[in-house]
Amino acid sequence: MKNNMPIHPKHFEGGIHPADHKELSAAGLIRNIPLLDKYTLVIQQNIGAPPKLNVQKGDTVLKGQKIADAGGFVSVPLHAPTSGTIGEILEIPGANGAPVQAVEIISDGKDEWCEPMTPYPNWRDQNRELLLERVREAGIVGMGGAAFPTHAKLSPPPEKIIDTLVINGAECEPYLTADDRLMREYPEQVLTGAEICAKILRISHIVIGIEENKPDAINILRRKAKRNRNIQIIPLHVRYPQGGEKQLIYALTGRKVVAGGLPMDVGCVVQNVGTLKAIADAVTEGRPLIERIVTVTGTPVKDTGNFHLRLGTPVEKALEAAGGLQSPVGKLILGGPMMGFAQSSLKVSVSKNTSGILFLANDEVRQFEAGPCLSCGRCVDACPMRLLVSTLSKVCENERYDLAEENYVLSCLECGICTYVCPAGRPNVQHFRRAKAEINEKRRKNK
Amino acid sequence: MTNILIAAAVLALLGLVLGILIGYTAKRFAVEADPRIEEITELLPGANCGGCGYAGCADFAKEIVENDANISSCSACSEENFKKIAEILGKEAGNREKQVAVVYCSGDNHKAKRLARYNGLNDCRAAAALSGGGKTCRFGCIGLGSCARRCQFGAIEIRNGLAIVHPELCEGCGNCIDICPRKLIRLVPATSKIHVYCNSLEKGPVKRKACEAACIACKKCVRAVPDSFNAQGFLVRVTEDSNLTEETIREIACPTGALDTVAHHTAANSGKEGAA
Repeated sequence: MKNNMPIHPKHFEGGIHPADHKELSAAGLIRNIPLLDKYTLVIQQNIGAPPKLNVQKGDTVLKGQKIADAGGFVSVPLHAPTSGTIGEILEIPGANGAPVQAVEIISDGKDEWCEPMTPYPNWRDQNRELLLERVREAGIVGMGGAAFPTHAKLSPPPEKIIDTLVINGAECEPYLTADDRLMREYPEQVLTGAEICAKILRISHIVIGIEENKPDAINILRRKAKRNRNIQIIPLHVRYPQGGEKQLIYALTGRKVVAGGLPMDVGCVVQNVGTLKAIADAVTEGRPLIERIVTVTGTPVKDTGNFHLRLGTPVEKALEAAGGLQSPVGKLILGGPMMGFAQSSLKVSVSKNTSGILFLANDEVRQFEAGPCLSCGRCVDACPMRLLVSTLSKVCENERYDLAEENYVLSCLECGICTYVCPAGRPNVQHFRRAKAEINEKRRKNK
Repeated sequence: MTNILIAAAVLALLGLVLGILIGYTAKRFAVEADPRIEEITELLPGANCGGCGYAGCADFAKEIVENDANISSCSACSEENFKKIAEILGKEAGNREKQVAVVYCSGDNHKAKRLARYNGLNDCRAAAALSGGGKTCRFGCIGLGSCARRCQFGAIEIRNGLAIVHPELCEGCGNCIDICPRKLIRLVPATSKIHVYCNSLEKGPVKRKACEAACIACKKCVRAVPDSFNAQGFLVRVTEDSNLTEETIREIACPTGALDTVAHHTAANSGKEGAA
């Protein structure tokens, strides 16, 4: 594979460029918000097995103390965002709508750290198992949105040969600037995190892909990366969904992941820049993952920007920190506008994969009446996975999930482009989400 | 002229030969089919609803004749045709209890509190996979009409965001039961005319906040007629062998209106608003 390394295409096939509105929040440093009285921490913040709580109501905890143990291999522990006492274990609205279990932590105002994990400033001398264990113990998951436990991603099965670490700094979702700010303000941590990952994977080749609309981030990282000649920083065309795992691999290495395959099948491991900073903090300073950078933005928000938010911060408090609202809100979305989930409550709290809190004004939100498919093919042109969206849309509407499966609906990455470009206002991605759920459920039953 | 005559003669001859051939093959290779299958297919309702468990009415008729399938598994067949089929088969007609579907919810758009404006797919199961539609109650009818679209007999009406079964149209095939993500629909004997139209297992006060028409387990009805009700936790159900009358229901006067007669429930707001 290495012998005939193809020429780098600058982007993938398909995709669109929606108005990105990044200017709303890109300027200004990442801000801290005052300590809250109470945090509501969602217990399951990772894909895979839910962590098991090891504290009870009334227990006192310190900041960074482990309050839930990993519930399996594909699972990570959870840590207290501040010191205080454990309150109720209650149900709050989850990010994707369904209610989820959460634990309250009532702050004592001291914000006192617990006994920290041993920091490894000279991590290069440590062995990789130790570093991998640290990544897991610090509760690190993919912070780009998927929340897949990072340690599981960093331990590919031995028969898979990995040669490239792909770093996702694309941040293709409109409105979001959290990764942009992070790369500009913490370039050192991003690079260190990447080097730690590379060491764990026993590889040296690191490729960082950043969209061209973030020139500052590209320049800073390029300057810092001079110390390691194995790190390549490649500007990418501004095109959504450039940050999709498979799209990014194709753009940066020219390799295509087959339908149903994983990045490791083509020798790549993909990590988000946010995850790298968390890894660097965990290894060099012994700090577990208890806060993340979140973009709070949208035209109705007074003082948009990026914030260091502790996990468990309710959205209403984040909004308060951003100065509150200046005009009526039509919709609240957790995540970006393309792939995020609309919310019905301000009680929903920040978790490990919350990249943005987006408020849309009334006139920015439209309700579509879905019409019949015009077979115009715009969705087919735009689909980054090169799926036959128009056909899929029709078969899914008629609940022919067998045909949907034949047409590779499971490859859909739910980027939402097909719905965005559809002149008939068809809810394509919603259909596919449902089709995927139905097919997966059927498979589980047949097992 | 002769050319035309020759052509006509050839065609006639060809037709004759082929006709004889077809006639012979039809006789020689005829498939022996039981004439009863066709007769029974005619008598079955022909909705191909699949409620019997077979692939449509014709398939069911074949199974009845050949493999002695139970005729009463067709719930949609009329009493008259049912007897005729039994006659054809030379069997006793036997007794068959008609069943109808009931949607155990009375939280329409006016009564159930709304949490959000749902604008996703117009399908209950899709909504359930997300946040569960716009209503606050997590047990009640989502009201996007998956069951109504599934019903072959047009017996389910979505009125103001609530599925209502019209018992006179319902044939009790049970197709709607599986499709409901909230498991709200059950088959009951057509003779039972009174139900508690609520399925929420939440605590009383929580339910009350979510829906005006919830059964809040005040147990007023249980105190009035203890034998006819079955109270479990925060939900009361009418027992199957109850002999409640419309008058008793009126006397009990359920404070939320969850306890209702089928007739009143289906007719409650008729004419007020059309289907959602």
